[in-house]
Amino acid sequence: MSLVNSSAGEVLDPILERYARNPRHLMQILRETQERLDFIPAWAVDYLAKALALARTQVQAVIDFYAFFHDSPHGKYRIRFSDNVTDRMQGNAALLSRMLSRFGLAQGQVSGDGLVSIDTTSCTGMCDQGPALLINNYPIPRLSSQRIDKICELIKGRIPLTEWPAEFFRVEDNIHRRDVLLSTPMVNGQALKRAVELGPQGMLAEMKASNFRGRGGAGFTTAVKWEACKNAPGETRYIVCNADEGEPGTFKDRVLLASFSERVFEGMTIAGYVIGASKGLVYLRAEYRYMLEKLQATLEARRKANLLGKDILGQKGFDFDIEIHMGAGAYVCGEETALIESLEGKPGRPRIRPPFPVTHGYLGRPTVVNNVETLAKATLIAQNGGAWYQGLGTKLSTGTKLLSISGDCDRPGIYEYPFGVRIAKILEDCGARNAMAVQVGGASGTCLAQHEFGRKIAFEDVSTSGALMVFGDNRDMFEISRNFMHFFQHESCGFCTPCRVGTTLMCNTLDKIASGKGTAYEMNELSRLHQLLSTASHCGLGQSASRSVYDTLQKFRPSYDRRLKQKDFEPAFDLDAALAPAREIAERDDTDAHLGADL
Amino acid sequence: MNTENTFIIDGTPIPFEPNQTVLQAALEAGVFIPHLCFYPGLKPNGNCKLCTVVINGRHTSACTTPARAGIEVENNTPALNDKRRLLLQMLFVEGNHFCPGCEKSGNCQLQALAYDLEMMTPHFGHFFQNRKVDASHPDAFLDMNRCIACGLCVQASCEVDKKNIFAISGRGMASRVVINTPSGKLGDSDFALSDKAAGVCPVGAILPKRRGYAVPIGQRLYDNSPISSQTEFLTTRKA
Repeated sequence: MSLVNSSAGEVLDPILERYARNPRHLMQILRETQERLDFIPAWAVDYLAKALALARTQVQAVIDFYAFFHDSPHGKYRIRFSDNVTDRMQGNAALLSRMLSRFGLAQGQVSGDGLVSIDTTSCTGMCDQGPALLINNYPIPRLSSQRIDKICELIKGRIPLTEWPAEFFRVEDNIHRRDVLLSTPMVNGQALKRAVELGPQGMLAEMKASNFRGRGGAGFTTAVKWEACKNAPGETRYIVCNADEGEPGTFKDRVLLASFSERVFEGMTIAGYVIGASKGLVYLRAEYRYMLEKLQATLEARRKANLLGKDILGQKGFDFDIEIHMGAGAYVCGEETALIESLEGKPGRPRIRPPFPVTHGYLGRPTVVNNVETLAKATLIAQNGGAWYQGLGTKLSTGTKLLSISGDCDRPGIYEYPFGVRIAKILEDCGARNAMAVQVGGASGTCLAQHEFGRKIAFEDVSTSGALMVFGDNRDMFEISRNFMHFFQHESCGFCTPCRVGTTLMCNTLDKIASGKGTAYEMNELSRLHQLLSTASHCGLGQSASRSVYDTLQKFRPSYDRRLKQKDFEPAFDLDAALAPAREIAERDDTDAHLGADL
Repeated sequence: MNTENTFIIDGTPIPFEPNQTVLQAALEAGVFIPHLCFYPGLKPNGNCKLCTVVINGRHTSACTTPARAGIEVENNTPALNDKRRLLLQMLFVEGNHFCPGCEKSGNCQLQALAYDLEMMTPHFGHFFQNRKVDASHPDAFLDMNRCIACGLCVQASCEVDKKNIFAISGRGMASRVVINTPSGKLGDSDFALSDKAAGVCPVGAILPKRRGYAVPIGQRLYDNSPISSQTEFLTTRKA
């Protein structure tokens, strides 16, 4: 697409109009621009900046920050292989090189004819049906060599994605254990009716009685958050649903949004009713773009049923509606203040806290940010009461928890358990027969070794946002941690020194160990860097980035030790590699042009 | 001393006024806390993390933490200074800092802190990033080799000068200062040496042209006495 046939205005004005030329919607405007033009050219940046009365750098900064925005051509077909450790265990590396060689491309390179580019991306949330890739942000799970070959053919034939086999894009729910949330039938509006009967105070009292804690990971008591927002000074309030499920190994929110979205939206409406918000925003991660139209249709149906909109359920003055905001590839936006920045159309850099979102959130107004699962479960508390809910799970962790289980097990997928379930029981249920370690809570979570499998999933024991990756006894825990560390380096927002530079230094140190040049010196470096990152970083990303390295150093030390040289120190500098430019100039590559291997 | 408006740093009572941060109150009381991205009169930024202190057992940035009566702050401790040295080493290997030939030497806050905290070597391997020098402006150089992405120029240009010339773009290690002109060049902006933004850089990323070594190295600001003894200057300085 160029300006030869149409002016910038012809292309961009309809998009701008759809978002009322509101700079707050910059992310959505850029996404639609890229969906139309395949990338965001300089002329579009200039035009959008002018139309939205933004500095050019503000538009550029947003494009530069998010991994899924491109300001240069990246091909008609943009392919990203999911590169979570589970994708690697399922063999994504061989499939990636197969595809690269089919097109004669290097990773990240755009083909000369501008047709295709192939790269990797952070976990796409298809761990139970990987390896997976994204093509123009639409997921293709269950990759095999045959499927890769077919994809290559379709691309070479320039077949539009809409004409590709629907089977390619089929995403399974894979629910293997249902408890109260996944087995209770949903009658649209029923929970909301009950909440309205109770009134905002009454519903809040039920939430308090349930002792329900947020399911995003931090485990903050939901009623306390709602009440703080409800009582915060100000006229306008917001409820935000955090569907930026970026934690590697987590995919339970994907299933909730795909098959239980009525519950999520109804929970949001109840939350809005309690705190006095008239607007709810869903922040949906870019990897879940494929669900957008269906979710919007669900919202439209709820408007028609008077479950959203004006005077909901005939209650005068109960006005509430929901808007979906797409992310664009940034894990850090799962942090609630970064998410709010992103909702406002800015790069997702975490804010300074305090003030907290409950008093100064979206557009500076009191805002509740809740996880998808948290909101879905609020409907159960409305339906059955707080006392009932309080009786489930453990005393300090009431209710159930959805777990996304992947890795070395026979039945990966979604499992709903009451809190207090032991790791060993979960491993038995999912058919993990030779587990050596489980990573609970994703890359930023806890790595447990066999002797800890008697521990329980609960806020007071092993706390989790919902990921559980199983590693069999043939796996290399060093390589798993190295994968996680590179993930954090890629996702660091760059705001604070310890995380920006520290994640790179951690990666460099691990890479040096991987290359066989590590010594006891590097092991000390890892511990020292971990101490700094975990204490001095600005937000949870940096604070937890080195956790898996620290855990595996404690629990799987031999996987590091066997790579180390029995020396105090070995330089990272490779003298022979440094002579490569000289060899190139001299047009020599014979044995005599190289230094001895053992030098 | 009234305990209602004092808090404790390393055993010393520090008076504070409402709306002051721990860092502001400490500096005004003559107690030095290392810092790079804080500048009097600009909104605290909290990104360099040099001012990391321990308050009631928790690590936090002194520049963004509101002063509260009775809190106990650990500041000048071997453990915290070790962390600060590590942060300085990170900044030294991330950018390209050639102190001996740098016009800012002696006036540079990064260098001054490195001396003060006894950073003897950069310790880590240098990243040798390819950073740009923008010499397009008639009166100023913009040398990205030295930039530590503290964002002070961004803030000063936006909050004080009302010109909005600088911004931070990119993510992670690719984070960098960019210029708000179609060419991306400083020379195409209305930047002037009299701008506040020209005077707040803690390192030598923004330097005036045609004014080299007017004060000999050895007689400059932080050559005379270490930065930790210059709290009065640090609180009263204006660009």
